[in-house]
Amino acid sequence: MTILECRELSKRFGAVQALDSVNLNIEPGRVIGLLGPNGSGKTTLLKLANGLLTPTGGEILIDGEAPGKRSRSLVSYLPDKPYLAEWMKVRQLLDFFEDFYADFDRDRAMEMLLRLNIGEDMRIKEMSKGTREKTQLILVMSRKAKLYLLDEPIGGVDPATRDYILDTIIRNYNPEAAVVISTHLIADVEQVLDDVIFIDKGRIVLQSSVDEIRGEKNMSVDQYFREVFRC
Amino acid sequence: MVWNFRSDLPIYSQLIEQIKLGIVSGSFLPGERLASVRDMAMEAGVNPNTMQRALQELEREGMVYSQRTSGRFVTDDMRVIGHAKQRFAEEQIRSFLTAMEKLGYTRGEILTMLEEKETEHDNT
Repeated sequence: MTILECRELSKRFGAVQALDSVNLNIEPGRVIGLLGPNGSGKTTLLKLANGLLTPTGGEILIDGEAPGKRSRSLVSYLPDKPYLAEWMKVRQLLDFFEDFYADFDRDRAMEMLLRLNIGEDMRIKEMSKGTREKTQLILVMSRKAKLYLLDEPIGGVDPATRDYILDTIIRNYNPEAAVVISTHLIADVEQVLDDVIFIDKGRIVLQSSVDEIRGEKNMSVDQYFREVFRC
Repeated sequence: MVWNFRSDLPIYSQLIEQIKLGIVSGSFLPGERLASVRDMAMEAGVNPNTMQRALQELEREGMVYSQRTSGRFVTDDMRVIGHAKQRFAEEQIRSFLTAMEKLGYTRGEILTMLEEKETEHDNT
């Protein structure tokens, strides 16, 4: 059972080939790192999976279907940029998620927020950057989705926040769902990943398990990445 | 328990070694019930599938065992724990000897030094 499949998937923006004939299968129960330098196509791939962009070639399938109404109920997406309305209170955000997503577990979200002392009356604009990132992640991870697409969930946060975010991902691990984490901060996420996908200039250059790389190359994925992408 | 991972080895094999070391050194007691895979994964900061794989391997080696309804336990077979402990000790001695020989000491010299160290220890 494949939850995300790409067949010869391509995306072109004018003269720029953002994705070039990508073939990929992602199975449930795995935590996958989508790793590549800046501008390699990570965000484009995740946006295509969400139906926010349409392919210029090939296809992308979520649980066997092109992104659309049904896929939106299966996919929980954390964009790489802040997207929550500044003026909203936590309570309104919870209402919003509850209205939009049938699989949103409000109690679970509330419990995680309270553990961080984030109250229902707190407004987004009153939050620090780290608290915003944590709040967004909690909302996204509180859905009972089949596929979580997290675009740079640990970009620009302090080490304690980063640990919290990775902890939350492990805590919510579900053998029936896949989690894709896009990042270039490999050393930080390596231990929580099952598999890695290296992407460069719109092409998949490697798909492997973390322990295969460590076992065969006798180096960490981070070290191996630096070797593959040496400038 | 403190978890440390080296970068040049698979994570699952390091989990096996560290849990085993925890068992022989008493961080995990014989017969003790282990936390759930997810909790152990969270504590070590690793992927739950990797922790699961390590525990399955430890089960095959007889260091832990599963009971269908009540979870996973550390073995209470002291012979198994004793063997594992002995293997750790042998490994320590081997790497010590290799390091000393690299420095140019012969086995005889090493033994003498160890004995001297031992008497020094007795006197203090």
